[in-house]
Amino acid sequence: MSLVVEARHRLGDFTVDAAFTSNGGVTALFGRSGSGKTSLINIIAGLLKPESGRVVLDGDIIADSERRIFTSVHRRRFGYVFQEARLFPHLSVASNLAYGRWFAGKSGKAADTGRVVEMLGIGHLLERNPSALSGGERQRVAIGRALLAAPRLLLMDEPLAALDEARKAEILPYLERLRDDAGIPIVYVSHSVSEVARLAQRVVVLEDGRVKASGAAADVLSAPAATVATGRREAGVLLEGVVEMHDSTHDLTTVRVGDCLLRVPKIDVADGHGLRLHIAARDVMLATVRPEGISALNVLAGRIIDLTDGENGSLDIRVDCGGATIASRITTFSRDALQLAPGKPVHVIIKSVAIDR
Amino acid sequence: MSDAEWTAILLSLRVATVAMVASLPFALGVAMLLARGRFWGKTALNGLVHMPLILPPVVTGFLLLLLFGRRGPIGAFLAENFGLVFSFRWTGAALACAVMAFPLMVRSIRLSIEAVDRKLEDAATTLGAGPLWVFFTVTLPLILPGIIAGMVLAFAKAMGEFGATITFVSNIPGETQTLSAAIYTFTQVPGGDAGAMRLTIISVIISMAALMLSELLANAAAKRTIAA
Repeated sequence: MSLVVEARHRLGDFTVDAAFTSNGGVTALFGRSGSGKTSLINIIAGLLKPESGRVVLDGDIIADSERRIFTSVHRRRFGYVFQEARLFPHLSVASNLAYGRWFAGKSGKAADTGRVVEMLGIGHLLERNPSALSGGERQRVAIGRALLAAPRLLLMDEPLAALDEARKAEILPYLERLRDDAGIPIVYVSHSVSEVARLAQRVVVLEDGRVKASGAAADVLSAPAATVATGRREAGVLLEGVVEMHDSTHDLTTVRVGDCLLRVPKIDVADGHGLRLHIAARDVMLATVRPEGISALNVLAGRIIDLTDGENGSLDIRVDCGGATIASRITTFSRDALQLAPGKPVHVIIKSVAIDR
Repeated sequence: MSDAEWTAILLSLRVATVAMVASLPFALGVAMLLARGRFWGKTALNGLVHMPLILPPVVTGFLLLLLFGRRGPIGAFLAENFGLVFSFRWTGAALACAVMAFPLMVRSIRLSIEAVDRKLEDAATTLGAGPLWVFFTVTLPLILPGIIAGMVLAFAKAMGEFGATITFVSNIPGETQTLSAAIYTFTQVPGGDAGAMRLTIISVIISMAALMLSELLANAAAKRTIAA
């Protein structure tokens, strides 16, 4: 599977001028609101016709302004999950699901309703009306409806943004299953680091309608360029690790990242399974001597790689802890007091409870 | 009640029903154009549609007579090619009623189209529905309450229409003498008060029934379309 997207489009005094490619899996379009993510995904879907650009999926030219090719939206077979579920209010949940399947059926590629219903856990909702569903249930039905249309590509525009934390946590596992089981490439728009960190294999960072950075999720999200999208507050590193063991008495999970072992709040993943951890730089402390009598469970020895310039009295320091690079935000005062410089050995301190999955 | 009175009542019901049903497709099309279309002359079309609401009914009737009469440009064409004659026929009464009720129907449908969330139509498109499918499976069900309200308004207007009808197709018992015209005729002859009263009561009953029916239908339609 390969997806090529190039687009140039002016909306008032805002210009989208972006290009990216994807080789399957989940590609996240990541950026702050107003960075052009939704415009770009609408261009892929065909809901927005760009002044110039191309969309090519597996060698099929879906749209190409130079060759004057523009496949209309309903012929693209790109599933779209919107921020608001957009279920049809005059149809029951079952009929909403059947809607996309019916059009897919005409092309002979209908998906298996039973399997999709089971994967999304919406079997008990089928007879209900959309107005009788919670936000999370609606979004799951919307995902099911899009899947049953047998899409070649699934577009998701901040599908969790309208939900509270509890609902997000309810849907994220379904999205992970979707990524791992359905085998449909996904373009996922989000401004949330934790969602992107958890779901995406590739990340495209957008700022002011332009691509600021793109590449493998762990590389992009740990690089300073991602800061423009995450905002300085959320900036940090994304670590790829493997679950080493669970401590059920204290509800802790140990994750191996490179040579380091990190203890984090319990995660329901089997031993040996890979996962990603996002560690915000503001949650990480540095010490020049190994601290004792401290509640933080993760104290890692490492060596400073580099320091960013100070901004508003603080700066980020990247530390190599045996294969895992961890960023720490400290004040310029501490930098001077501890005489921190590249190459200096330090201890990195991370509270377990501060680690996002 | 006399046969003449029954004839007037049945004729009125027929004229109003035909006017309502025949103008529905046109009203739907024009409402769609006005709500969604972007074209030169949209304001002019809007004005034209609303004309019968503002013009004195007698003027509308006279214009219909000029256009759709035997020698009128449209009337002559339709009579020659389709055998459709309007002047001094009940069909002419239906045409007059349809024209007079048209703005009310268009307005009601147009408002409901403008209230449709276009995002739902976009969603249907991404699921593989072409423009016609989107219209019939999403737009139409969502604007159904507006269509019903528009039809009832048009029916009520057609039942009560007097000025344009009598100017266009006169007041011929059994052919163009509707309920309103019959009441008017009764009031013009000595001792006609009793007949006028009977028809008035019938008129009130029909109007109330139509109104209640429309409420029921609109409620039923609205229940299915609570925004999700």
